[in-house]
Amino acid sequence: MPIYLLLLPILPLGSFILTFLFGKRLGRKAHWLPICAVLSCFGCAVMALLDVINGVTINTDLYSWISSGSFQVSVGFLLDELTAVMLIVVTSISTLVHIYSVGYMHDEPGYYRFFSYLSLFTFSMLMLVLGNNFAQLFFGWEAVGLSSYLLIGFYYEKESAANAGKKAFIVNRFGDFGFSLGIILVFLTFGTLHYDQVFAQAASITDQTFPVFGMVFDLPTLIALLLFCGAIGKSAQLPLHVWLPDAMEGPTPVSALIHAATMVTAGVFLVARCNPLFALSTTALNVVTMVGAVTCLFAATIALVQVDIKRVVAYSTVSQLAYMFMACGVGAYSAGIFHLFTHAYFKALLFLGCGSVIHAMSSEQDVRKMGGLKKYLPVTYWTFLLATLSISGIPGLAGFFSKDAILAAAFSSPIGAGKIAWFVGTLVAGMTAFYSFRLFFLTFHGTFRGTEEQRHHLHESPATMTVPLILLAVGAVSAGWFCIPPILGGHAPWISFLAPVLGEPGEHLGHATEWGLIATSVGAGLVGIATATLLYVIRPEIPDRLRDAWPKVHSWLFNKYSIDELYDGALVQPAIRFSRKVLLHVVDGKLIEGVVNGIPQAIGSFGERLRKIQNGQVHTYLSVMSTGALAVLIWMLVR
Amino acid sequence: MPGNYLPSEYTAVLVMLIFGLIFGGMTLWIGRFFRLRRPYAEKLTAYESGNPPSKSPRFPFSVKFYLVAILFVVFDVEAIFLYPWAVVYDDLGSFALIEMTIFIGLLLVGYIYAWKKGALKWDR
Amino acid sequence: MDTAPNFILTPLAPLAPELLLICLGLLLVVVDLFLGEKRHILPWLAALGTLTGLFLLGNGSGHFSDGLFGGMYILDAYSLFFKVICLIGVLFTVMLSVRYLDTEKMHQGEYYSLLVFAAVGMMVMVSAADMIVLYLGLELMALSVYCLVGLLKSDSRSNEAALKYFLMGAFSSGILLYGISLIYGMTGTTDLQLISQRLTELNLADNTLLFIALGMVLIAFSFKVAAAPFHMWAPDAYEGAPTPITAFMSVGPKAASFAVLGRILLSGFPELHVHWGPLIAGIALLTMATGNILAISQTNIKRMLAYSSIAHAGFALLGILATSNEGVSAIMNYMLIYAFMNMGAFAIIIMLNNRERRGEQLKDYRGLAQTNPVAAALMLIFMFSLTGIPPTAGFIGKFYLFLAAMNAGYTGTVIAAVILSAVSAYYYLRVVRYMYMYDSEKGEAVAMSPSLTAALIFAVIGVIGLGVAPGWVLEMASQSLPALAQ
Repeated sequence: MPIYLLLLPILPLGSFILTFLFGKRLGRKAHWLPICAVLSCFGCAVMALLDVINGVTINTDLYSWISSGSFQVSVGFLLDELTAVMLIVVTSISTLVHIYSVGYMHDEPGYYRFFSYLSLFTFSMLMLVLGNNFAQLFFGWEAVGLSSYLLIGFYYEKESAANAGKKAFIVNRFGDFGFSLGIILVFLTFGTLHYDQVFAQAASITDQTFPVFGMVFDLPTLIALLLFCGAIGKSAQLPLHVWLPDAMEGPTPVSALIHAATMVTAGVFLVARCNPLFALSTTALNVVTMVGAVTCLFAATIALVQVDIKRVVAYSTVSQLAYMFMACGVGAYSAGIFHLFTHAYFKALLFLGCGSVIHAMSSEQDVRKMGGLKKYLPVTYWTFLLATLSISGIPGLAGFFSKDAILAAAFSSPIGAGKIAWFVGTLVAGMTAFYSFRLFFLTFHGTFRGTEEQRHHLHESPATMTVPLILLAVGAVSAGWFCIPPILGGHAPWISFLAPVLGEPGEHLGHATEWGLIATSVGAGLVGIATATLLYVIRPEIPDRLRDAWPKVHSWLFNKYSIDELYDGALVQPAIRFSRKVLLHVVDGKLIEGVVNGIPQAIGSFGERLRKIQNGQVHTYLSVMSTGALAVLIWMLVR
Repeated sequence: MPGNYLPSEYTAVLVMLIFGLIFGGMTLWIGRFFRLRRPYAEKLTAYESGNPPSKSPRFPFSVKFYLVAILFVVFDVEAIFLYPWAVVYDDLGSFALIEMTIFIGLLLVGYIYAWKKGALKWDR
Repeated sequence: MDTAPNFILTPLAPLAPELLLICLGLLLVVVDLFLGEKRHILPWLAALGTLTGLFLLGNGSGHFSDGLFGGMYILDAYSLFFKVICLIGVLFTVMLSVRYLDTEKMHQGEYYSLLVFAAVGMMVMVSAADMIVLYLGLELMALSVYCLVGLLKSDSRSNEAALKYFLMGAFSSGILLYGISLIYGMTGTTDLQLISQRLTELNLADNTLLFIALGMVLIAFSFKVAAAPFHMWAPDAYEGAPTPITAFMSVGPKAASFAVLGRILLSGFPELHVHWGPLIAGIALLTMATGNILAISQTNIKRMLAYSSIAHAGFALLGILATSNEGVSAIMNYMLIYAFMNMGAFAIIIMLNNRERRGEQLKDYRGLAQTNPVAAALMLIFMFSLTGIPPTAGFIGKFYLFLAAMNAGYTGTVIAAVILSAVSAYYYLRVVRYMYMYDSEKGEAVAMSPSLTAALIFAVIGVIGLGVAPGWVLEMASQSLPALAQ
């Protein structure tokens, strides 16, 4: 096993431990170790990628953690094409975010804590993608969740941040519950947790069924959907998307790294990694596609009217993740991973650009109070523009190629939901272009709408922040060039590179259809941009008039379809009311007492009574011991 | 020697034990019939060379008494052990010398310890 | 005795670790007398000696022998494993003691000397193949520990604890001797291997008197490992003893006693498992229940850990119950893990011990996460490990114990053990709650010392390391076993 594979998780782990324990003494120098570690990781990832390109794939168990008969839990690494891509994404974005944070977090207390958490996250994410079995996947899955929780609640003095952390944690529990059931079911079915063994046997379970409480389920569908539950939670798809926008309470670099580029894409990675299992069930694939399509549209519409700069980008993330799921659902896993790859760069760039704006605006996040920032933040402006163009699908930029690949795959897919996915995808492409440019115009164009004090403080960010922006901009432009479709003169090396793991899409479209699809999606994007230009540059009074014309629609969207309120009203409040009214008042506290406190209390009071024996008197002790001895001897006598 | 093994070599010890018990008990019991028993108040007071007792005789001994007693026992045992050792010395040869040196060396450490700690000083 | 010449010819080289420690113990006593104010080198001397002992153990690991002193003393991988645990325990205790003795103003050379002698006693115990040698080691260990418990001379709790421990220890020693003499009376030997042979030769497998004898031996060792209902001494002795000694008692003597129990039951009386099995099951259940339930109502953390130690003895008994190599290797693994996690927890207690607060009350842990986040994080890890939450070592330890008992068919016992293990989460995590959920009453910084830091690092590496990569210990443990089970 090459040494870089071992170094990949060890470096960030070591950096986490050292920084967490001793970072306080380093003060403002605490970033050096994490940055060096993650940079070395990037080097390792590049070496891994080169090895994989040269045809080396590694699947090895480092050691067996628990082994008992057939139950084996190992720590091991799987390095293949998919892993290599994920490694590059994780380490490159992580490196840039680390560097960016030096500038962004400069004045924050707990500077060292922030960097140690970042290292912890990098470690967890690398464990997640490197694992060669489901147990390690689950470990990484929970560990990234933990570091995400810690980082969302980084400003833990702020109540909203602490609550957002908790919300992310709790909402993810729902998904993870299904996910862990799925893993258990995988073990029960295949008797192993190793990917290679599971996938090798996958075909053998077609048409098997699994009874649950008397109902009989199709086994492959059940496994795939349970695993998909985890993906829904982690990747913030409907109906568990509610935590991601709130997670924006965390520091912006965290939003870029965890809540845009890497952790939230773990769900897509999961589906892609388990593609042999998903392939067994058309039902599961249809569900994945439909969840993707609905989420995609849903999140994009909300993003249209949001005024918090980070929330717009957050909903855009949900919507883009949904694109990836649509791709996986229609069987175009490599297109999904491709979008994951390009999205990581342009979305991280958008977030870091937002961070730069927020930094300049003295922590203001409301776009209505911005405007005209172009002349104050030139670097941020130009990089943000590139990212916006990329996400809008302007030909030649990264977002165009990956989105186009997904739409083409959806259109040609034999899956029932494929055409729906294509339609939604194209529609949302236009909406994406619209809300992205809306954000762009509101922030950088027009006149400054903030306070005098804010205007006074406006400044371009330091080099530690602008350099990562520029590097990411390079990625946002060029990441797509790995998969230029044949029709545009490329030969899509991406698809053939990932084919050993993810397979190749079988359907091929005619040239005319393909041109048509490209034209449609680009057209949708252009219409979106044009509309945004019209509404926010040429005739800025129209949006207000539109809002006044359809107040219902606006408030509906603005309140995010009131999903949070729905959950609050339908689940959280009833739960609280139920426990208060029914349990506390009706049963007069006895039931709650009984259930929640009663058992420990009963044990406790039993203990109190037992404790009386322990009264400090030697003769009591000796008589208890003698009684015990007598009992033992009597047992021995009668046997 | 199946199942019901009796340590017959120890029968004599058992007989001795029984006889000892019987003899002790019998002596006390028989004495009751021959001794005079005429108690009165003065006779029941503690005898201290004719003086009436000034305080309770049950005062605690100084703990040092026990300390010295224990040290005495330790070194007494050492001395006693030297006798059988001397008897078999010729048979065992230099091995015996080494063993006894170690044994005495250990006790010597204990002796130094007790000395330095002041266990041998009565008033400190 | 016809074996007398063997005594003379016994080569002493394999005994180097034991001999070294005896010399170390004597040296410590003497050096202390002449050192005066330079006493602070004593712990370093003790630590150095113990480390050398560990080194010699490792060095001599190739030269096993099953017949020193006419077959009374054996050196095998099994005893080696437990000796290593004992010496690790001593090393930890020395590291924990430096600052504790400073704060308690308790400067006595006897302290380290007695500790080393206790270690020698434990080493003799685990190597003993003969009941008499076993008893010798046991008493050497026990007498040293009695004194150590009462060494806080000005603290009445400590005195009381020592006296109680001594009285009850004498009680159990008497029972043990009675049992040994009965076994000798039955079989005519005190050699464990021979006992096992004679059992079949003399057809004693149904002899009631033999069972009474075995029962007495079991009672005595149940006392030593603090298994209910013979645990009564433990909470008082643990609470009153100087804290490092409490830590030591819950690790060293306990491990040694389990080693002996394993050797006696599995090497001496394996055929009688049908009869002692249910008894051990009952004792294990009672022990787990008593320990875990009583720990809940404690507010003194030392006392809580005393009950927790009782509970853990109950878990470890499951390994004896399994009567298999799997079970014994699980115990060995568990004892090693327990040494690390318990020593770690005690290190934190000692760290919080200063003149004003003794770090023993649960409320002393309020807001520790704010005043000393590193200490709180470490305590969190140790508490997680004691509860048995992966990926800490405690999980691995319990997992294999439960598995061994399960495979031996004691499913009901294991289910009870799992439930009681869940109960234990309540009081362990309560400490965590105090550290993280409450505000500190007074934000005082905690003073550290190099040796305490070293102990904490050592412990946390052990807890995490054995939790993440547990394979090699188990492998070592199970490889050492064919020598034991005949």
